[in-house]
Amino acid sequence: VKTRTVFNIQKAKIGAPKRFGFSGLRTKKTPFSDLCLKSLEEEARRSRNNQRSRKMSSIGTGYDLSVTTFSPDGRVFQIEYAAKAVDNSGTVVGIKCKDGIVMGVEKLIASKMMLPGSNRRIHSVHRHAGMAVAGLAADGRQIVARAKSEARSYESVYGDAVPVKELSERVASYVHLCTLYWWLRPFGCGVILGGYDRDGPQLYMIEPSGISYRYFGAAIGKGKQAAKTEIEKLNLSEMTCKEGVIEVAKIIYKLHDEAKDKAFELEMSWICDESKREHQKVPDDLLEEAKTAAKTALEEMDAD
Amino acid sequence: MTFTIPIENGNGVKNAEADSQRTLYPYVTGTSVVAIKYKDGILMASDMGGSYGSTLRYKNIERMKAIGKHSLLGASGEISDFQEILRYLDELMLNDNMWDDGNSLGPKEVHNYLTRVMYNRRNKFNPLWNTLVLGGVKNGEKYLGMVSMIGVSFEDNHVATGFGNHLARPILRDEWREDLSFEEGVKLLEKCMRVLLYRDRSAINKLQIAKMTEEGVTVSEPYSLKTFWDFKAFTNPTVGAEGSW
Repeated sequence: VKTRTVFNIQKAKIGAPKRFGFSGLRTKKTPFSDLCLKSLEEEARRSRNNQRSRKMSSIGTGYDLSVTTFSPDGRVFQIEYAAKAVDNSGTVVGIKCKDGIVMGVEKLIASKMMLPGSNRRIHSVHRHAGMAVAGLAADGRQIVARAKSEARSYESVYGDAVPVKELSERVASYVHLCTLYWWLRPFGCGVILGGYDRDGPQLYMIEPSGISYRYFGAAIGKGKQAAKTEIEKLNLSEMTCKEGVIEVAKIIYKLHDEAKDKAFELEMSWICDESKREHQKVPDDLLEEAKTAAKTALEEMDAD
Repeated sequence: MTFTIPIENGNGVKNAEADSQRTLYPYVTGTSVVAIKYKDGILMASDMGGSYGSTLRYKNIERMKAIGKHSLLGASGEISDFQEILRYLDELMLNDNMWDDGNSLGPKEVHNYLTRVMYNRRNKFNPLWNTLVLGGVKNGEKYLGMVSMIGVSFEDNHVATGFGNHLARPILRDEWREDLSFEEGVKLLEKCMRVLLYRDRSAINKLQIAKMTEEGVTVSEPYSLKTFWDFKAFTNPTVGAEGSW
């Protein structure tokens, strides 16, 4: 007797209309086929949605795929997108007072389980300089590590603490480096660098594009527009760092949006004559004083 | 960086560059350092001389330095190696400070770090030609230890390097006690330094005493000890020695 095995070939189904997505394909029912089908369908749906939304929001279609591509109107979209990553993070504010620098960060807390005081956003780069990071935290760590290494190598070669201008130029050129090659992506973080050298206190801001400018007051992140307006109201040339700490706390508390983001932790640091020109966390008692002053100022505003 | 050229000789192939970079002998050296624990912390004394062989070439070398908030390092031996050790420790303390987490390296940790550095260099036959004295106070606990150029390291109530081992430590073994006051401690150290001044040819009469307590380090201004040379035997030293003049 001739035995002939019959294969339940799917070939017959290929005649079915080919649609984008797998909704048309009928497979043999196995215990997992339901799940597979579902996930495939979801994937198809998602990619369809993405294509649709990309068409709506993208301004640089086609010219935004690589950091080595210019658009016809002379923009590099990847760098602008990197700047958007910075704009999505918590606000970072830095001001240059009469006798030093004060930097403050609105650290948005992702989970109640996090220990307060962890996940530092302000790092010391050398004894006399510190950096506050906004944007992707991991990218920021890389920039801080590079700045530390540059500061150390300058001191090792020239025997003196690195001037803040030199340090900012080195960091800026490193950030810029990562915007020149297709196999590197730009850093998704902006940095405010404050230092105190023999030319006095100085404040620099380095953006993901590699631009670095010197400022009296700078802000990056979500509330940067509001923060900049507030900073312009201050009289920085007459302010001491102690007063500056309280003002920065007030600004950050003011522009924190209770509705959009729930909890935040205020992290502040300074470099001033009082801290012996060394970059350090603002002492706890002064920080508490600043927080209470900021909260009372908010309540007064609400009361109006 | 360094480009090593292999050189063929009787003992097989050697790297000429690598050989010329190993420390073979010390050039500018400091003499003994003496240190004791006292009631409030550590007292350390050393003179300010740097000898170039048998010449007392440099007379203003500070051989004791504060390390961070809690430690004091004194060194005898090659001065340039001491300066290199200070650079390593400076980098170590800077990295420690940059954490800004309320912790700082204490004397025990620094002592351990130095022991590792000295021992590893010795194993590569390229030692840092120093004997180091590391003292400090942290959280009320006093610490005094020593590391030699071959990596021998230990802790004690009183330590000395070089000639101090032979001339000062016997005095300290007899006269040191727990709870010396600051004045008694300084007197004891000055007694040891005076003996060293009389008997060690590379000692000079310009010394510093450093005090390390919970509050911090203070290194005194350089000063001299009173010496007495009018012993009768010195006025006519060769009387009784036949054949000398």
